[in-house]
Amino acid sequence: MNLATPQSQTGFAAWWKQHRFKIIPWLFLAPGLFMFTLYVIWPIFQSIWISFYDWDGLGDPRFIGLANYRELWQDDGFYTSLKNNVIWLVLYMLAVPAGLFIALFLNQTVFGIRLYKSLFFFPFVISQVVVGLVFAWFYDPSNGILALIFHAFGGTPPAILSDENYVTYGIIAAGLWPQIAYCMILYLTGLNNVAPEQIEAARLDGAKGLRMLWHVILPQLRPATFIAIVVTVIGALRSFDLISIMTQGGPYGSSRVLAYYMYETALSEYGYRMGYGATIAVILFLIMMVYISFFLWRMYQQEK
Amino acid sequence: MFPRPIETLSHRTQVLYKFALPIALILWLLPLLAVMLTSIRSPGDINAGNYWGWPTDFNLIENYSAIFTQTPIFKYILNSFKITIPTVAITLFLSCMTGYALAIYRFKVNLWVFFIFVAGNFVPFQILMVPVRDFSVQTGLYDTITGLVLFHSAFQAGFCTLFMRNFIKALPFDLIESARVEGVGEFKIFWYIVMPLMRPAIAALAVLIFTFIWNDYFWATALVQGDQAMPITAGLKSLNGQWIAQWHLISAGSIVAALPPVLMFFLMQKHFIAGLTLGAVK
Repeated sequence: MNLATPQSQTGFAAWWKQHRFKIIPWLFLAPGLFMFTLYVIWPIFQSIWISFYDWDGLGDPRFIGLANYRELWQDDGFYTSLKNNVIWLVLYMLAVPAGLFIALFLNQTVFGIRLYKSLFFFPFVISQVVVGLVFAWFYDPSNGILALIFHAFGGTPPAILSDENYVTYGIIAAGLWPQIAYCMILYLTGLNNVAPEQIEAARLDGAKGLRMLWHVILPQLRPATFIAIVVTVIGALRSFDLISIMTQGGPYGSSRVLAYYMYETALSEYGYRMGYGATIAVILFLIMMVYISFFLWRMYQQEK
Repeated sequence: MFPRPIETLSHRTQVLYKFALPIALILWLLPLLAVMLTSIRSPGDINAGNYWGWPTDFNLIENYSAIFTQTPIFKYILNSFKITIPTVAITLFLSCMTGYALAIYRFKVNLWVFFIFVAGNFVPFQILMVPVRDFSVQTGLYDTITGLVLFHSAFQAGFCTLFMRNFIKALPFDLIESARVEGVGEFKIFWYIVMPLMRPAIAALAVLIFTFIWNDYFWATALVQGDQAMPITAGLKSLNGQWIAQWHLISAGSIVAALPPVLMFFLMQKHFIAGLTLGAVK
């Protein structure tokens, strides 16, 4: 019988036994971390680096220092996009209370309610390309449903998507549809987990309706509200698909947001200005970093 | 329960609620219902401006066979599957391991590595676009299905690692401790003890990632140019350019594009919602 003790093991086996808990986690991490670094982490730094260059994507990049940033500072297209991003952020937040409202409406146990809940969630599952096409068709000034409503009341329908004043709001309305569905499902799950004893206790104390919602229910829904706000902010700043489908940034660039403007500058018929595009992306990244830092900070507090 | 269960309220309120439900649903899904109805309209109806009334003829077969025979939509759908399924498999493979490493082992930079995955999952796509596109062009991955699969798998690993790590962290650690005492090797613990317990997490992520990747449009336009690798989202957009105002065809195409994720959602609803609402309760 082999009575090997740790001392009698030599070479690799002993070394492995001593160090395995230091090495094994990295073996598990290696493939994922490699791919993630290659495609996500490293490109962030590359983009920052490219933002100091003038580059068409093919030839040799030419170092121009801060010239891209200086140009951005005076670029009207940039300010329009930034302003639209702010509008998106503010109006997109409506998805959170609207989602809560629908969740409260559906939080019952009548027959068939599960099917209702899943059907209400539908808009989130389908592609934004489809959502964009459908809403573009709604807004169609000759035969869209909006036009029909206006005609029914004897008015002239506005051409939402070709009017600089309405276009961004029209696109946001389309974006809110799936986003509300998303917030709704977060709140439905949250409502499911509200402690029933607390509600009963509050009812005995005479709380009901809005006061109950505000003082008893909402505090318990805080995790759901937090996630709803995080995903809505990210969604607003990532808005790209709908703009690309519905207006391509038009009319005259009035519905562009930073994400779309970046794409248009770097990669479209307007030219291949990779350096300038990267500069816009860096600004967008910095804005997003505010939220990411906040999220990480909160996570860090929870992990401690 | 909040609001108060409807059964405890007056009979009138209950009846009102039962009427309000379907009406609200119809209004909420009006865009989809209109698309479904229009996808079976005839070109005559479209030209006459009958977008919203009842169709005069039903062209279900004509319209759907038109999009499949006259356009490469079948190819686009096939491409979408070729992109989506491998991405789901690779992402899950990567993130089961990263999630396990970050949940089970204590090492100095553990939390930092975890935060890198979490932060990376939130960055705007545009900050990655120029370098990723350039990398793909240089390695011959531009305009290929493989190129899209590799990028998507890497990017989704961020969210999936977050999910898996938190899921494994909630498992009873004693299980692993006692296996170690029994002398079971670390890789065997991962494969035979933890993996079977991760099934719900794997199912939840599989449906979520399937939907995310199926619906991706941005990377399909940034990394693909030609029909041979184009998924349905970008394909539908390009068809929309060709079918000016042929709403019956656009609608039929939209329905076809939306169908796979919708079916996926209905079949795996429980897992889908479990994945999406991670962190919404605690």
